Order: sequence, then structure tokens, then C-alpha cells
Amino acid sequence: MIKIRKLKQYFDQNKVLDGIDLDVEEAKTLAIIGPSGCGKSTLLRLILELDRPTAGSIFVDGAEVTKLSEDQLFPIRQKMGMIFQSSALFDSMTVGENVGFALKQHTKLSDAEIKKKVDEKLELVDLSGTDDLMPSELSGGMQKRIGLARALALDPKIILYDEPTTGLDPITSLSIETLINRLAGHLKVTSILVTHQLSTIFRTASRVVMLHEGKLIEGGTVADVRNTSNKILKEFIAAGLIE
Amino acid sequence: MINSLFNWLGQYVMSFIEELGEMVSLALQTLKSVFSRKFDITLIFDQMKRIGYDSLQVALVTILFVGMVFAIQIAYEFVKFGANKVVGGVVGIAIARELAPLLTGVVLAGRVGASIAAELGTMKVTQQIDALRSMGTSPIRYLVLPRFVAAALMLPALTILADVVGFLGGYAVAVWLVGISSSDFINSVDSFLKMSDVVGGLLKTVVFGMIIATVACYKGMRAKGGAKGVGEATTVSVVISLITIFVVNYFMSVMLFR
Repeated sequence: MIKIRKLKQYFDQNKVLDGIDLDVEEAKTLAIIGPSGCGKSTLLRLILELDRPTAGSIFVDGAEVTKLSEDQLFPIRQKMGMIFQSSALFDSMTVGENVGFALKQHTKLSDAEIKKKVDEKLELVDLSGTDDLMPSELSGGMQKRIGLARALALDPKIILYDEPTTGLDPITSLSIETLINRLAGHLKVTSILVTHQLSTIFRTASRVVMLHEGKLIEGGTVADVRNTSNKILKEFIAAGLIE
Repeated sequence: MINSLFNWLGQYVMSFIEELGEMVSLALQTLKSVFSRKFDITLIFDQMKRIGYDSLQVALVTILFVGMVFAIQIAYEFVKFGANKVVGGVVGIAIARELAPLLTGVVLAGRVGASIAAELGTMKVTQQIDALRSMGTSPIRYLVLPRFVAAALMLPALTILADVVGFLGGYAVAVWLVGISSSDFINSVDSFLKMSDVVGGLLKTVVFGMIIATVACYKGMRAKGGAKGVGEATTVSVVISLITIFVVNYFMSVMLFR
């Protein structure tokens, strides 16, 4: 579904990603872990081609997105959804308008049909009845869930999560993790999850990789990660468990 | 010392040319989108209200008083030389060719340019523009195009009203304060002012509108660094728009009214 080959991203002399190869299987949840600032979010932005890489290729559903123009990328991005760390909701629109935005832009659905779809997505994230509220009236956890509902509007095949549970209370985190599992299990959505929350990784990931100094360390399944012999990965997991 | 001065100058010129090229490219991409007709007309109407209707008061009050003060300055001097019968024509030409178009451009560069740059800058630093792109929506079609088209249409519309208001202000001062006869003033306008003066002035404002929207959108969409970055983008956007409008106004006036 997603193939990454020899991907490099340099910012001046800083080698954030230094020749990464990665395959993401369909309907699986890949967790990318690593310390803050190691390039996890950068990798997600490159998969969506929000930024252009210094070198290397990314293939999404067979299309080499790194070679496409911005206009050619728009239809491919419609097959993907992204949940931003900051939620990035449109602050001048209501919750309903936020969730229905992509439907209004890219489908020929009537207002009533859009409203029905919006209600469905809001129900999916347990926030029914919030469609008339403004994003500023919501808590951080609610904003994240609205961000997820918005990303799901076009029923994407791929969802990219950037720190979906960071800074949230355990109950809200759990509800988001349950939702991630439901999407992967029932709707066969391929997910890439960037986080340093171990609880989220352990509850959702089918495979874990770690970004360290621009390179990827293969972690395997959650069970493999718990018993890893890799020193760097082991230290990271141990530090997370103490936290 | 001289080396570092040349270095700085070289870098400054290069970054200026680079930015100018990117702004022209943004304007061309926007025009291309206009002709592709893939846009939402309701977004344009919304921006027309914000750029045109909401700026009406400030634009008209400005030109009213400028028209009045201009009439005071020239009418007394002209009367001294017995040139009562040309005052109306001079006021009419000055307002139609320069004052109304330029001042409408200046007022909107401040009011609308700042507002667009701040709005898009905030969207940029809070990742809302990234969210837009991630959902497969072009920021050029969704954000830039409506503002670009609305500014290019509403600036001339406002200038037509500014022409009328500025002229009436000049008339009021010349006739009621300075004592020039109403018929002298009107006849003078009739014989001096041509339709090409008014059309030329309006043509300039179409270009001013495109400049204001392009610069503000460009600067806003490249804002970085939080609230401070948005503030800087807003200030720079207004400054660049104003300077560009003054420069372009000179060259267009030379071309149109020589």
C-alpha cells in the first residue's frame, strides 16, 4: 500500500531522515516511535507530500507521489486522511462544517446527505450533537476526535495519525485508541501512527519501527518490541514504561 | 567591509528577485485557476462583501476629504490668476486619473491586505492550510482565488463611487467656499474630463486589486513562527503592497495618460 525507498530529508546540515526504506501493509497499523524532534512528523508530511523530500521515492497505492505535481496530488490525498497533532480544525467553521468540508468540496452530495454523513462520523467519534459548536468551545481531546471525524469524511483507505493521544487524559486516549483499532479491524484502513505514547503503541500497533538519528530500527510486533534485544529500542521502551 | 556589504546587497537582491518571482507565479497560477472555472462562486461573493462593501465607509470618507482639500488648494490659487473656469476640469481629472484610484488602492492595501495576510498567516501557523491540502483541496483555488477575483472586481467598483464622492467634495468646496460658479465648474469638467480618464483610472485599480490580494496571500501563506510571524507577515504585506502600488501607478499613468 505504501512503499518508501531511500528517503532523505535534510534541513541545512541536519539529516532528519537519512535513507529510509519502509513498506506499510494494507489494513495494518504501523507505529513509528522515537524521541521528540527525531523526524516522525516529518515522515508523515512527506507521505502526504505536504513537504518535498531531499531525495528518495514514496509510492502510495502504486503511484510515485514524490514525482507528482501539487495538482496531481490532490486526488491521491483524498484517499488519505491525516490527524494533526494540533488538530488543525478550521477555527472559523463549526464542527459540522469542519467534518463536512471535504464532502462539500469533493462530492456532489446534497446538503441533507452531507449532514447525514457528518452525523455518522460524529457518532463514530462519540461526539453526536456537537455540529453547531465552534472548535474553540471544545476541549483538546474533543478537538482531536473531531479532527479524526473530519479525516474520515471521505472514507479514506489510509489514515496518518500525528501524536493522536499526546497530552490527553487516559480515558480519552483509550477512546481514541479503541477507534483506531475499530477502523483498522472493521473498515480495513491502513494506519500509520506517530507517537511516543507507549500505551497507544501497545494497544493499537500491529508493527512498530523506531526512528533514531535519521535511520529506522525495525521493532516487529508489540510482543517483539517488549522483548527486544536492540539496545536503543530497549532503552526507549524502558524509559517510556518508567514514565 | 566592502566585501561584506556587497555580500549583503547580493543576498538582498537575490531574495527580492526570488520573492518577486514567487509572487508572480502565484498570481499566474491563480489566473489559470480562474480560467479553469474550478472554483466556488459563493466564496467569491463572500470576499466581495468583505473587500468591497465593508471597506466602503473608510474609502469614501478618505476620498471625500481629499477631494475637498485638493479643491481648496487649487481653487484659491487659480482664482488669483483668473482661471476660475478650469478648476472643475482640474479637480475632475485629478480625481478620476489619480486621487480616487490611488487612495482607494492605498486604503484597501491597509485594510484588506492586512486582514488577508493576518487571516491566512494564522491559518498557516496553526496548520489549517496543511489540513486543507491534506484533504485534497487546493489553497490557491479555495483561499487565494476568491480574494484575488474579489479584489480585482471590488477595487474598481469602489473607485467609481470614490470618483463621485471625491468630485462632489471638490464641487462643494469650490462652489460654496471659494465662490466659483456652479456652471463654470460643471462646464469645465465637461470640457476637460474625458471618459478615457475615468476608464484609465479604473483599469489601474484592477491591477492594484490583484497586487494587494497576491502580496497578502503570498505573505500570509508563508508566515511562520506563531503570533510574531503573523504580525510580521501582515506588516510586510502592507508595506510591499503600498510600495508596489505607488510604483505601478506611476508607470501605468505614464502609459495611459501620456
